[in-house]
Amino acid sequence: MTVTQAAESALGSACPVTPAGPGDAVDGTPAGLVARPASTDEVAEVMRAAAAHGLSVVPRGRGTKQTWGRPPSAADVVVDLAAMDAVLDHAAGDLIVETQAGARLEDVQAQVATAGQRLVVDDTVPGASMGGTLAAHTSGPQRMLVGTVRDLLIGVTVVRADGVVAHAGGRVVKNVAGYDLGKLLIGSYGTLGVVTEAVFRLHPVPEARRWVAVDVPDAVRAHEVVHRVVHAQVVPHAVEVETTDGGGFRVAVLLGGREAGVVQRCAATRELLGPTAADLDAEPDPTYPWAPGETGLKLTCLLSGVGELLGAAHGVGARVRGSAGTGVLYAALPPAPAADVAVAVERLRATCTLLGGSAVVVDAPAEVKQVVDVWGPVPGGDAGLDLMRRVKDRFDPEHRLAPGRFVGGI
Amino acid sequence: MTSPGLDAVAAVAHRLLAPEDVITERARLRTYECDGLAHYRVTPGLVVVPADAEQLAAIVRACAEHGVPYVARGSGTGLSGGALPHAEGVLVVTSRMRAILAVRRDDQRAVVEPGVINLDVTRAATPEGYYYAPDPSSQQVCSIGGNLAENSGGAHCLKYGFTTNHVLAADLVTPQGETVPLGTGAPDAPGYDLLGAVVGSEGTLGVLTAATLKLVRLPEEVRTLLVGFETTDQAGAATSKIIAAGIIPAAIEMMDALAIEAAEAAVQCGYPDGAGAVLVIELDGAASEVEEEYAEVTRLCEEAGSFEQRLATDAADRAAIWRGRKSAFAAVGRISPDYIVQDGVIPRTALPEVLTAIRRVSEESGVRVANVFHAGDGNLHPLVLFDDAVEGAGDAAEEVSGAILDLCIEHGGSITGEHGVGADKAKYMPRMYSDDDLDTMQLVRCAFDPAGVSNPGKVFPTPRLCGEVPGRHKAPHPLQQAGLAEVF
Repeated sequence: MTVTQAAESALGSACPVTPAGPGDAVDGTPAGLVARPASTDEVAEVMRAAAAHGLSVVPRGRGTKQTWGRPPSAADVVVDLAAMDAVLDHAAGDLIVETQAGARLEDVQAQVATAGQRLVVDDTVPGASMGGTLAAHTSGPQRMLVGTVRDLLIGVTVVRADGVVAHAGGRVVKNVAGYDLGKLLIGSYGTLGVVTEAVFRLHPVPEARRWVAVDVPDAVRAHEVVHRVVHAQVVPHAVEVETTDGGGFRVAVLLGGREAGVVQRCAATRELLGPTAADLDAEPDPTYPWAPGETGLKLTCLLSGVGELLGAAHGVGARVRGSAGTGVLYAALPPAPAADVAVAVERLRATCTLLGGSAVVVDAPAEVKQVVDVWGPVPGGDAGLDLMRRVKDRFDPEHRLAPGRFVGGI
Repeated sequence: MTSPGLDAVAAVAHRLLAPEDVITERARLRTYECDGLAHYRVTPGLVVVPADAEQLAAIVRACAEHGVPYVARGSGTGLSGGALPHAEGVLVVTSRMRAILAVRRDDQRAVVEPGVINLDVTRAATPEGYYYAPDPSSQQVCSIGGNLAENSGGAHCLKYGFTTNHVLAADLVTPQGETVPLGTGAPDAPGYDLLGAVVGSEGTLGVLTAATLKLVRLPEEVRTLLVGFETTDQAGAATSKIIAAGIIPAAIEMMDALAIEAAEAAVQCGYPDGAGAVLVIELDGAASEVEEEYAEVTRLCEEAGSFEQRLATDAADRAAIWRGRKSAFAAVGRISPDYIVQDGVIPRTALPEVLTAIRRVSEESGVRVANVFHAGDGNLHPLVLFDDAVEGAGDAAEEVSGAILDLCIEHGGSITGEHGVGADKAKYMPRMYSDDDLDTMQLVRCAFDPAGVSNPGKVFPTPRLCGEVPGRHKAPHPLQQAGLAEVF
């Protein structure tokens, strides 16, 4: 759809609007206009204007994950939230932080660090915004400790497709008043609304952090080591596994806490890992393992299946990195003809399903996305998808928000 | 009360369930007239006690078909009237669905039916070295299904989170009577996090069965410390110092003088004589870590002015300390014929200010208030004492209780931290949320339950009809069809 002059001027009265360039395309789908609102009110006005003119809208934080998910079927307006980059309130005594959606995670971390605090969310995609982190539900090694943003988001402001501004939750950690809309928005890829502000629970920065690691030759051994650690009582803050150059795996364990306690727990962990275990001098890379041109997957399984999943990944030539201690792994399939990649994806998906989890293609070249089912089945199959569609239909009855980017064409 | 719809559901129940599991006699129906919030009472139209998820789904299907409202009930211990029955509706009781279907140590998961008692999950997992972390004070009797509906917390959620952080998957019996699995045993299932929306929705989006729960490794070391202070301000200051020092204890619980008096009278927990406030502080984790934190916590409490510190030396000791805290609500019955348990939340740093304000409200009204709370996360449970035999006393207590909620909202808090909105607090929701906020929550309700048959009248103050999604379902609204309501 071409954006009419009337629509452009309605959007332009809400906030600065510019014609979109090639760099604004969303996973290959060209965008019409880019709107740059600076407040929740401006976002609401943009959304009302878009609604009035029947325009599709794709929210964008810092644009670090534009190639994730399915390409949207249309992107008349990209709502760019980079101007909403403020940390609105850091209430250190209450261990909470309130930010705008366009604030970079790293900037939020820098600010709360001044009070010896942190948001326990790894910067898995450098430069990512808070809004993007919520929308794509990214997580890294430390999900082992307190979970993901799902477990840390305590309040949210969202602008609906019709421009109505709604809040859920609040500024206190404990709160069961009303529906937890934050849960629905997390991982929804911008298909239910535009998150403009969010409140998160913070944690103290531990006095000491140390990594202990061991290299093992195969998936079976990696599984054993991971299970020894997670079933012990050393309280690891992360249990990571990564494919090594020799075709084996490195299992790395993060211990955090009081200095003296960490020293003792490191010693106990080295015992669990075996005689070749050693302290790591540098932090393992928390980012996802795939490079441009590769196919990146998120693979999950029940803990008892970690070894089998690692074996399956190795079997299809994928490099793996991820939170083995929680059953969440990321895999990179090297560039190959799309049909071959599709076969590997299906094989991994079959294994994940068998092991109680799922396989999602997070990022991939366009030709791969054309031949693979990016999202795969949702829990509950058709009935589950139907329920999701009913939610979408209520929030966005005209299907103008990031259309087609999510599961089942939502 | 009967109606053609209710009779039709009763007929289905009689056909599918054992005779003793379908209750229609008025005297027996009345035993289900309230949950843990006993001053709201409604005799249900019909009570069914399904033996399994299939029977439960069949009952809900029958309700959907005949436009009959239903309310799910676990152990009936809820404190917000969430399981208050509907006079022309069906009360679906899950107390026969008590199977622990699996305890999988290697996966750190348990799969349980909704009627399973919270503490029984931990009992089943303990031999494997694991436990279920959310521990509401009623954990010896409350059900997992009720916990899921309410997103229950407990003393240890400061460190370990709430029910929602410990549920990976569950089967949802939708308000249409269809069974839809939500989530997977593994984290982050693709698609919308419907389970995250349903947990804590107080039964308004359907009924959850067969829940997959996360099990947590038992800590190597647990230290439970009882600390006596002269004033609640000192105890509050100690709490702040501990948190500021970067320590997140498994629990920090506070009780004031009146609550201590009640607990002593009820369970002889041996709290320090003459204390104006006590803190129960629990540290858990790796032994070396707990050792370090313990030394610091004791020092910080002393700095804040504690006059007595007592470390539990064995399991019996620890149990005694917790008995005082966990029996506090019931114990208040020893010092007052009637009481309201309030459940408000404030930012923790507002604690001294809000406690002073509560004291002022209490003095001005002459209504006594005992304070018990989860100090670590600012979740207050003021117990408003009254004697219902005295004319007007109930209303005065209700007023004080409402004033306390207003204090919570004024300080940026919440009207409920763990007990839920239920029937009790629906009227307060507009004080916390705007019309647009509530309208947006209704979108979720309408997606799951357009006919409004699943626990109607709870959570939201003004139930509204869902209308139709433009260009989609063309059939008349079921309530309209049944002649029960007009679309507006």
